[in-house]
Amino acid sequence: MPVIKVENLSKIFGKHPAQAQKLLDEGFKKEEILKKTGNTVGVNRATFEVEPGEIFVIMGLSGSGKSTLVRLLNRIIEPTEGNVYVDDQNLSNMTSKELREVRRQKMSMVFQRFALFPYRTVLENAEFGLEVQGMEKEERSKKAKESLELVGLGNFINQYPGQLSGGMQQRVGLARALANDPEVLLMDEAFSALDPLIRKEMQDELLDLQERMKKTIIFITHDLDEALRIGDRIALMKDGSIVQIGSPEEILVNPANDYVEKFVEDVDRSKVLTAQHIMKRPETVSYEKHGPRVALERMKEEGISTIYVTDRTRQLKGVVSADKASEAVKNNVTDLNEIMETDLPTTSLDTSMQEIFDIIHDSPVPIAVVDDGKLRGVIVRGAVIAALAGSEVSLNGVH
Amino acid sequence: MGFINTIPVQEWVDLVTEWITDNFEFLFEPIKEHLGDFIEWLSLSLQWINPWIFMLFIALLAFFVTGKRFGLATFAFIGLWFIFNQGMWEELMDTFSLVITASVISVIIGVPLGIWMAKSNIVETIMTPILDFMQTMPAFVYLIPAVAFFGIGMVPGVFASVIFAVPPTVRFTNLGIRQVSQELIEASDAFGTTSFQKLFKVQLPMAKKTIMAGINQTVMLSLSMVVIASMIGAEGLGQRVIESLSRNQVGLGFVAGVSIVILAIIIDRFTQSLNTQKGE
Repeated sequence: MPVIKVENLSKIFGKHPAQAQKLLDEGFKKEEILKKTGNTVGVNRATFEVEPGEIFVIMGLSGSGKSTLVRLLNRIIEPTEGNVYVDDQNLSNMTSKELREVRRQKMSMVFQRFALFPYRTVLENAEFGLEVQGMEKEERSKKAKESLELVGLGNFINQYPGQLSGGMQQRVGLARALANDPEVLLMDEAFSALDPLIRKEMQDELLDLQERMKKTIIFITHDLDEALRIGDRIALMKDGSIVQIGSPEEILVNPANDYVEKFVEDVDRSKVLTAQHIMKRPETVSYEKHGPRVALERMKEEGISTIYVTDRTRQLKGVVSADKASEAVKNNVTDLNEIMETDLPTTSLDTSMQEIFDIIHDSPVPIAVVDDGKLRGVIVRGAVIAALAGSEVSLNGVH
Repeated sequence: MGFINTIPVQEWVDLVTEWITDNFEFLFEPIKEHLGDFIEWLSLSLQWINPWIFMLFIALLAFFVTGKRFGLATFAFIGLWFIFNQGMWEELMDTFSLVITASVISVIIGVPLGIWMAKSNIVETIMTPILDFMQTMPAFVYLIPAVAFFGIGMVPGVFASVIFAVPPTVRFTNLGIRQVSQELIEASDAFGTTSFQKLFKVQLPMAKKTIMAGINQTVMLSLSMVVIASMIGAEGLGQRVIESLSRNQVGLGFVAGVSIVILAIIIDRFTQSLNTQKGE
């Protein structure tokens, strides 16, 4: 069951939202509606579901409506139309009191510019959500301290936010959000204001935390690399509409349209693509059935210089080169076991291309992709280069 | 131009004032009595303190309020001693009492009004021209209804001072709250604050400095009203100024004027350093 379910959620800014909504339903574009009615379409009929424990990334350029969308989720911005369900409760028709309870118990938010209270200490900042709930001083201090320990700020509780670096301030922001122990964490460009090194560190830390806490996280970003790094699924937004929702691979490999394609064009593919994306179907012989003669014949047919040897269940045994095979034929050797090389480079299905570079660089033979001892595919140098250039990948597809 | 008769605005205002005077006497009388008693009591209490102890106390307070610096402390001590030396101690305490009373009342009225203004655009639209009116109307004019309502003495002085001095507090409170960054308001909302919690936990603390700047202005304005208010019998340093004017005594006027300046500087620096003291 999804934690968050969003149905046809729209937000139109301006004086006559109904008029704009009508045009929107008729299929007019954002600019046309702005010109005709003076209303700005913030979010256009967004629909998606987020599963428990998932990191759901909403990505788009500035002005794409992603920050508006996340604020519609906890109704900091009133939606013009549509429903948001949190645990099957519809936020859209809640009274302000019910809504306050949801905000206090179920959802917390982390902000781009941290939004810490400068006149409160780090501890008091982390306590804020609990204080608002009316929790006793001692208990909330205890919980806030635990939460600060979690983000590594246990020693800074009496400092003021102004005395901390950007990265540390955002840790306070994270601790403040976690202190409530919410089900859902809304993170609005949470790491965008940090410099690149700190940002990466924070991403790693978030993933670590997530491993332990299994929150449902909705993460807004304009940075595709960030989205690919931390997202379980990514929703891509343009002009207020969600253009594509999918796993990082799906987005990269099968862009839904030109816009997505353009967006992912500049991605460092080596970080995202793995062995399974670029491997080819392997040519094999079985040592139980075949000898050097068959191996040589196969290599001739396929125009290759090495061939992999497996058993009947496709367990990888070794590799035989054309030179060795023809020598064996001359010397009347019939067992492949005697001539095959067993010390060969292997890799697993989800090894990233970056790591494959290092292996393939020193290897005279293609790399075998092995899953559970079974030979699943081979990677040749040409495929790596082609994948980086962005062409080969779509041929293989993703499983 | 002769075809339109003079619109009887004067008569109207007279009538309204008269009506208010007659019908709200039940309100004005107790205010006059209790407030008058209070100011008198305050002034007498301050005068009861030995002047030397008072000077030392103020100097010490200045020393700590300014973060253990000697500047204001020294100035306050010498300045107060000068006023004492010139025989204006009683007048000083009268003026001081009047300023304190007027300022406190202004803050009590001004801050909630400013909050209301910040929370509602309609209230802001209505209040802004009224505040403009209150500040641009020559201060002397307030004395007239003040006398009508409260007779002469300290109380009408306080009344006129409050009307004249309250706008900055209202404006700055409004401004301070409206200036709180959108992200902090969102953060507050996102954690499920009620609007009451938001006001006291986020908006007012964030706006504190701006509000304090407004209060500082209010205090200074009510001090400037002191001289004017003495025209309707408010006692204090202002009375000496008026006296010197009517008797053509430049010397007395100068000494009384300098005393007011000294008081003004001390009050101003005090309220300012209270503002910059914390959270740097």
